[in-house]
Amino acid sequence: MRLAAVLLSFCLLLVGCGSGSKTLTVEGSTSVEQVLGFLTEGYEQETGNRVNFNPTGSSAGIEAVLEGRCDIGVVSRELTAEETEKLHYIPIAVDTIVLVVNPKNSIYDLNSEDIASIFKGEVTNWKHFGGEDRPIVPIGRESGSGTRDVFESATGTKGECQYVQELTSAGDIITAVSVNENAIGYTSLEAVKGSVKVLTFNGTEPTEENIKSGKYTLNRRFSLVVSASRQLPQNNREFLEFATSSRGAYYIELAGAVAVGKESQQ
Amino acid sequence: MRFVDKERAFRVLLFLCAIVTVAFVGVIIIYLFVAGIPAIKEIGLRDFLFGTEWRPESQTPQFGILPFILTSVYGTVGAILLGVPLGVLCAVFIAKIAPRSIRSMLKTTVELLAGIPSVVFGLIGMTVLVPFVQRVFNLPSGANLFSSIIVLSVMILPSVVNVSENALRSVPKEYELGSLALGANRVETALRVSMPAAKSGIAASIVLGVGRSIGETMAVMMVSGNVANMPSLFKSVRYLTTAVSGEMSYSSGLHRKALFSIALVLLLFLLIINLSFKLLIRQDKK
Repeated sequence: MRLAAVLLSFCLLLVGCGSGSKTLTVEGSTSVEQVLGFLTEGYEQETGNRVNFNPTGSSAGIEAVLEGRCDIGVVSRELTAEETEKLHYIPIAVDTIVLVVNPKNSIYDLNSEDIASIFKGEVTNWKHFGGEDRPIVPIGRESGSGTRDVFESATGTKGECQYVQELTSAGDIITAVSVNENAIGYTSLEAVKGSVKVLTFNGTEPTEENIKSGKYTLNRRFSLVVSASRQLPQNNREFLEFATSSRGAYYIELAGAVAVGKESQQ
Repeated sequence: MRFVDKERAFRVLLFLCAIVTVAFVGVIIIYLFVAGIPAIKEIGLRDFLFGTEWRPESQTPQFGILPFILTSVYGTVGAILLGVPLGVLCAVFIAKIAPRSIRSMLKTTVELLAGIPSVVFGLIGMTVLVPFVQRVFNLPSGANLFSSIIVLSVMILPSVVNVSENALRSVPKEYELGSLALGANRVETALRVSMPAAKSGIAASIVLGVGRSIGETMAVMMVSGNVANMPSLFKSVRYLTTAVSGEMSYSSGLHRKALFSIALVLLLFLLIINLSFKLLIRQDKK
């Protein structure tokens, strides 16, 4: 009898914990994680509502929205024709993809043909580009990754990449490249800390100036997607408005990306 | 009267608990069969199990899972070859030879190893083991079958050691005393008398180890390279488990159904291994 009373009161206590502030769940690209982190912290500070982020990959986020498992998806690539029919696409930031190599690698620049030949497996030694006599180890993301999709489209290597290692997050790629002197990988600019060396692409450095002017061409948009057929609940709509406003833009820029929300464009 | 009612109520409760537990297992097995069979039918059993190309997203999708099956088999066999002798001999030392003070410390350490989450193994593997393998064997990259075998053998050690050690300690004292009385020393007794007597317990620990290594996902994902190649010791490989986990979230249509079929294959592997070990032990008892 006493045991039942204790269990019952415990359950009631748990029920009480949920309500109070509204919690939102978004799901999608691992590359957007840092930008989204800043954005959601800002949102929490301003409205008191929490946002949970599930980093499962761009395509996974889209699947989740299409299947109704979550209301807002986060993607780091453009939508396919099929997906565009069923989703609204709301860009919130422009992100830069950079090529990274190990700090001990002497190469500092590669152009599109070089990259294509490396990732297609045609060139397999760094000395071909004037580096040391070491094998090239191309590391990439898993098939559903938005980063991979953008990288392969921009370098013309779609469907032809031969990776030596496939990893499932931006952070993992950086770790793998930082411990292997032969490695080359691609990842989002914000994810880079100090452990890897960033290459210039076609002679252009990924500085803010070059990104804004369009000179550095490995760019892609970070966007939120919602279902075109379902009605969006109130708290989700509030978050969308926040993300595309100038308040949201402030946090996005803090994270290192360039904001492109509706009201934040200059 | 009241006493009998209480007893009956408890018996019903215990029965319900057993039913619920069995039901969980039953539901999972039934679900995997229902979700996994359609893709196998569509792809064709032969092409699925023995096909060597896994290209689910290309223009002409291919769903051959032989690379994954072989990788999981080789990885498990490798982990067993490394981990079981090490674990069983460690168990012999703990149970029979170590002085009492060291015994408890060793047991605690091994139990601690059992509690470490797989992702920690993966992280240490990725930042320490993989570069080490790369340097020692002069490879372009250390993320391959070999590294994952090493990680897996470390992960099955606690299960093997704990269960074997329990089995060894339950060997009747009379066997060992008899052996010592006949002139064998402690090591000979441990290896020639206690170990054979604890055979079924040691076999159980091997089954546990096999189960753990066939099902391991997180740790191998970070050290094995994850490219769907036909396995060879220093090539980047993908396991059955990482094939499912890496693609499940974004797959759709036939691709997703095929992933369920891979999970079904995994389940069948486990069932076959469990059954064959049971048969082996029963044969020995005759």
